[in-house]
Amino acid sequence: MQKLLILFLFTVHYSLFNSVSAQDATALVMKVKAKLDQVSDYEADGKMKTNVAFIKAPIGKVKIFYKKPNKFRLKKDGGISLLPKGGVSVNMNSLVTTDEFVALAAGEAMVGGVKTTVVKMLPTNENSEVVLTTMYIDETNLLIKKAVTTTKENGTYEIEMSYGKFASFGLPDKVVFSFNTKNYKLPKGLTLEFEDNEKPLTEEQKLRNKKGRVEITYTSYAINKGIADAVFK
Amino acid sequence: MRTLINIELYKIFKRPRTYIAFAAITALIVLIQFGLKIDGQTYVDFMLNDIGSTLEIDGNVLNGYLVCYIMLQLLLVHVPLLIALIAADMISGEANMGTLRILLSKPYSRTSFMLAKFIASTIYTLLLLVWLAFLALFVSMWVFGTDDMFLMKSSYVVLLKENDVFWRYIGAFLFASLAMTTVAALGFFLSVFAENSIGPIVATMSVIIFLTILSTMNIPVFNTIKPYLFTTHMISWKEFFDIQVTESNEAILGSIQNKDRILHSAIVLIIHIIVFVSAAIVVFKKKDILS
Repeated sequence: MQKLLILFLFTVHYSLFNSVSAQDATALVMKVKAKLDQVSDYEADGKMKTNVAFIKAPIGKVKIFYKKPNKFRLKKDGGISLLPKGGVSVNMNSLVTTDEFVALAAGEAMVGGVKTTVVKMLPTNENSEVVLTTMYIDETNLLIKKAVTTTKENGTYEIEMSYGKFASFGLPDKVVFSFNTKNYKLPKGLTLEFEDNEKPLTEEQKLRNKKGRVEITYTSYAINKGIADAVFK
Repeated sequence: MRTLINIELYKIFKRPRTYIAFAAITALIVLIQFGLKIDGQTYVDFMLNDIGSTLEIDGNVLNGYLVCYIMLQLLLVHVPLLIALIAADMISGEANMGTLRILLSKPYSRTSFMLAKFIASTIYTLLLLVWLAFLALFVSMWVFGTDDMFLMKSSYVVLLKENDVFWRYIGAFLFASLAMTTVAALGFFLSVFAENSIGPIVATMSVIIFLTILSTMNIPVFNTIKPYLFTTHMISWKEFFDIQVTESNEAILGSIQNKDRILHSAIVLIIHIIVFVSAAIVVFKKKDILS
């Protein structure tokens, strides 16, 4: 009888605790969303650095456009751009959506020396491309410091944000995308490089080849000035 | 000397065979450009298949700069054969026609005579390269437009900014002219030994094919001799399109990854040119001219 009572109390406590956590997490996400909702649209200038072991690319200027509810475009200011597949199109607003997602609290963690609340976003739609998103939210300032998204098609990518001048709008000064890359190798017959000047890759280089980073440093934002829909086509 | 060079140039450009090379290059380049214009995207998609699974590539990848690079990779292996048609005929052609003795009766030294012939064949070589550059680079820029150059090598990718590409082509063509002059020097050297044109032309082509195969074969026993073969160094023009990166893997604008390799290859080629031309002059000076 005593054992049954303990089990009953534990079950009640556990279900209550989790229910509150889920509500808290949803409320937190809604608060962050409300902050971001101040921004109807923005056009930002930035610099993009692609850091993938098998790519030698210079820093390029980029323009970033956003318009409510979920229009986003990153455009290189002339030239060819290399972006992680599916990753860069993820913006703040797409992360904090609660439509078709369930938010669950998952404890606390330190990100860049800041205490954050960890929120796991689970899709309710089984056809969703996103399998799971874990957000690290600075509850005091209502800022997303980090997000780790696992997708069905494009693997897992991590987005880390640093804030500065535009923190009051929830917009970052710097975004770092980390993603997995596959080993790059093209047959020499295809690249017409028949000379053999290459040394075989070391284990360390092979490991480095599997991780990529794209850093976008925002230099300016033009917020709520209006953007034509044609920009996103 | 100048008169001699003018005479030699006149002889070169009066022969219909001279224009075979120009016509062949024109036909090949136009054909490649046509193919890439019609179905180049399929080619690019195929090339991007591997990297495209990780990254989204946005922009005009198949632009004039990339098209020119593709063509140079294909053509600079075969242009030496076209150069051999003229350079290997410079002395042997005269011997074959029986005009060598008459020529040497003029008040010029054999050395001047030889140098004039070599300079004339070098001018022909350079003109061929200028024509190649005009068609492969400028016409491609006009037809395909310009953008950053996205170069896919076998184990890595190089992205060159649009304003960082043109000077690399100038460097690459200057280097190619050195490489092709080496071929002209070889053909010129071999032409001293024959009384007909076919022999030295075929011999030059054979030497180039043979040495190119040795240079490209990855068999350890040949690796020791590879650095001494001029064919190994002829392809160093590609080094102009490789860029240095910083510790944080950021490409440095205006840099070249292996400057030393370009310099080393240029020195090896210049040495080959000097050796071939000097040897040709020495042999010719000692030769009994019977035709």
